[in-house]
Amino acid sequence: MSEIKNYTINFGPQHPAAHGVLRLILEMDGEVIVHADPHVGLLHRGTEKLAESKPFNHSIGYMDRLDYVSMMCNEHGYVKSIEKLLNIEAPIRAQYIRTMFDEITRILNHLMWIGTHGLDLGAMTLFLYAFREREYLMDCYEAVSGARMHATYYRPGGVYRDLPDYMPKHAESKWTKGKNLKEVNSWREGSLLDFIEHFTDYFPDRIAEYNTLLTDNRIWKQRTVGIGVVSPERALQLGFTGPMLRGSGVEWDLRKKQTYAAYDKVDFDIPVGVNGDCYDRYLVRMEEMVQSNNIIKQCVKWLKENPGPVMLDDYKVAPPSRDTMKNDMESLIHHFKLFTEGYTVPKGEVYSAVEAPKGEFGVYLVADDSNKPFRMKIRAPGFAHLSAMNEMVKGSMLADVVSVIGTMDIVFGEIDR
Amino acid sequence: MNNNKVSLEKKLKSHFGDLVTSIVSQNGELTCEVTPEHWQQVCQQLRDDAQFSFEQLVDLCGIDYLGFGEAEWQTDGVSSTGFSRGIKSKGPGRFSWEERETELMERRFAVVIHLLSIEHNVRLRVKCYAPDTGILAVPTLIDVWSGADWFEREAFDLFGIIFIGHPDLRRILTDYGFVGHPFRKDFPLIGNVEVRYDEEKGRVVYEPVSIEPRVTIPKTIRKDARYAQNQEQLEGDS
Repeated sequence: MSEIKNYTINFGPQHPAAHGVLRLILEMDGEVIVHADPHVGLLHRGTEKLAESKPFNHSIGYMDRLDYVSMMCNEHGYVKSIEKLLNIEAPIRAQYIRTMFDEITRILNHLMWIGTHGLDLGAMTLFLYAFREREYLMDCYEAVSGARMHATYYRPGGVYRDLPDYMPKHAESKWTKGKNLKEVNSWREGSLLDFIEHFTDYFPDRIAEYNTLLTDNRIWKQRTVGIGVVSPERALQLGFTGPMLRGSGVEWDLRKKQTYAAYDKVDFDIPVGVNGDCYDRYLVRMEEMVQSNNIIKQCVKWLKENPGPVMLDDYKVAPPSRDTMKNDMESLIHHFKLFTEGYTVPKGEVYSAVEAPKGEFGVYLVADDSNKPFRMKIRAPGFAHLSAMNEMVKGSMLADVVSVIGTMDIVFGEIDR
Repeated sequence: MNNNKVSLEKKLKSHFGDLVTSIVSQNGELTCEVTPEHWQQVCQQLRDDAQFSFEQLVDLCGIDYLGFGEAEWQTDGVSSTGFSRGIKSKGPGRFSWEERETELMERRFAVVIHLLSIEHNVRLRVKCYAPDTGILAVPTLIDVWSGADWFEREAFDLFGIIFIGHPDLRRILTDYGFVGHPFRKDFPLIGNVEVRYDEEKGRVVYEPVSIEPRVTIPKTIRKDARYAQNQEQLEGDS
C-alpha cells in the first residue's frame, strides 16, 4: 500500500464561501485540516497612506469603504478620534442621530451576515428574507445622505444635515401601480423618523421568522454546534472583540463599558454566549438585532420630541450655512479656508474606538498641528479575528472551514484596508 | 475612569521605575515609552501583574516619524513681484524613488501598542522606538499576546521593522514579490511599479509607474490660538 501524504488545497481567492477575496492554503490530512494559512491583502488599497496625503475631512468617505457593510460605524470611529483631538463635542441631537444610525448599521451588517452565513451552510431562504429587510434600511441611508451604502454622513462636530421631513416615494411603473403602489408607499407618507418607526414595529416579527427557520433547525445545529470553539482566555489572547468575544462568554461591549454618543441614555442589554462555538455566536448576533431594534425605537422617540442643531456652531470645523455665507464676508472666508485647506488639528495622538457590528473598530491618529493626519492606523476587528483562523479550524473537517469563515463575519474591505 | 488613569500612572511609575523612560498623559490617554531591551519584560508584567492585567493587545502598529511637524507650504519667499507655490519638503507623493531621503534619523521608527484591561476597564499605549542603525529590530510580543502575530507581520510589511523571535515573519498585505516598505514616509504615494496585461506576451507585466506625483492641497501647519492653552498645559506635564 502506498503511503498517504498530506496534500495542500487552495481555497479562493474567488470562492463563493470566502466572503470576498480570501485565499486560504489548507494543508489536509484526508478531510481533516492540519494547517490553514490565510493569504490576505488582495484588496489592499493603502487607505491609511492615502489619508496621510489628504485633509482630515476628505478621508471620511474612505471609511465607508473599509467595512462596506457597516459604513456609518466606521465613520463614527474616525470622526470620534478627530473630535477627541480637537476637543470638541457634537450637539446632543447629532449624538442621538449617530446612535440611531449606528444601530441601523448594526442591523444592516447582521442581516448581511445571517444571509450569507446561512447561504454558506445551506439555508437559501434566509438570504432572500434578510436582503428584503436590508432594502428598507438602505432607503434610510439614502434618505439621509443620498447614497445607499457609502453615506459620508458623519462629520467632526456632528452630522452633515438634519433628518429629512419626507421620504422619497416609489414612482408608478408597469409592475407597481394602483393599489400595489399605494401599499409600497404606505410607510412613506410621513418623515424619515416615521419610516424608521414603521420598520421597528415590523422587524421583531421578521427576527421571529429567522428564528423559526434556523434556531432549532437540525441541519443548522449540526453545522454550528461545537464548531470553532474558542475559550474566553484564548479569545482575549487572540484579540477578539465584539460578538466573537461575547460568544465566548466575556461580557464586554464598548457601548456600555466605555460609552460614547448617546448610548448612556438608552436602555439595552448585552447578550453573552456560553460555549464559544459558532451556534452561540449566532445566538448572540440574533439577540443583538433585537436590542438594536429597541435602541432605534428609543432614539426615534427622543428625536421626534427634541429638535435642535445637528452640527457644531464653530466655523473652524463646520461650514457656515449658505445663507450667512452669501451675506457675511467672514463666513465666506471660513467657507473658503475650510473647503480648500481644511482645519488644522493640534499636535498629539489619540486612539478612539467604537463598537462596530464586527467588534472594536479603532482609529489611532497622530497629528502634528497640520491639516492632514500624520499617521492614521485603523484597527479593524476582522483582522484580529481572521488571524485566529488557523487555531480555530485546526483538526476540524473541510466543511467546517466554511462555518468558521461565516461566524467570523469577515469583510475584506477592513481586513486589507 | 479618570481616577483609574491617575492611579495607573502612579502604579506604572512605582512598579517599573526606570524601565519606563517616559509617561505622558494627553487627551485623557496614557502613553509610556520603553526601550527595545525591556520591551518584552515590561509587556509581560503589564499582562501578568494583577494591578495592571492588560489581557488584551488591541492593536500594534508602526510609525515613521520622518517629516513630523514639517509643513510643505512656505510663504517666506513672498515678494511684491512674485509668489511661488512655495512647496518645499518631501511629503508623500512629491518625489520619485531616486530622490528619496536616505539619511539616518534617530527615533524615526516606533512600534506602538494599544492595550486594554477588561478587568480594570482602562487602556494604555506603549511605545518603543526601534533604533535606526540600518536594521530596525524590536523583540516580538507573540509570546505575551498571541494576537500580535498578524499585527507584527503587518508592521514588518509596511515599515520594515523586524520582530526578533517571530516564527513566521512574512509579508501580509502587499503583493507577492513586492519590493520596499510602502508606509514609510520616503515611499512615494504613487508607488514604484504598475501592472497591466500585455497582449503580446500574454501575461501581466510590471512596469515603472507612468503617472506624475500630484498633490492638490499642501500640508499646512497652523498653530491655532485656541489650542495654545492646551499645548502649554501639555508641555507643563511632560
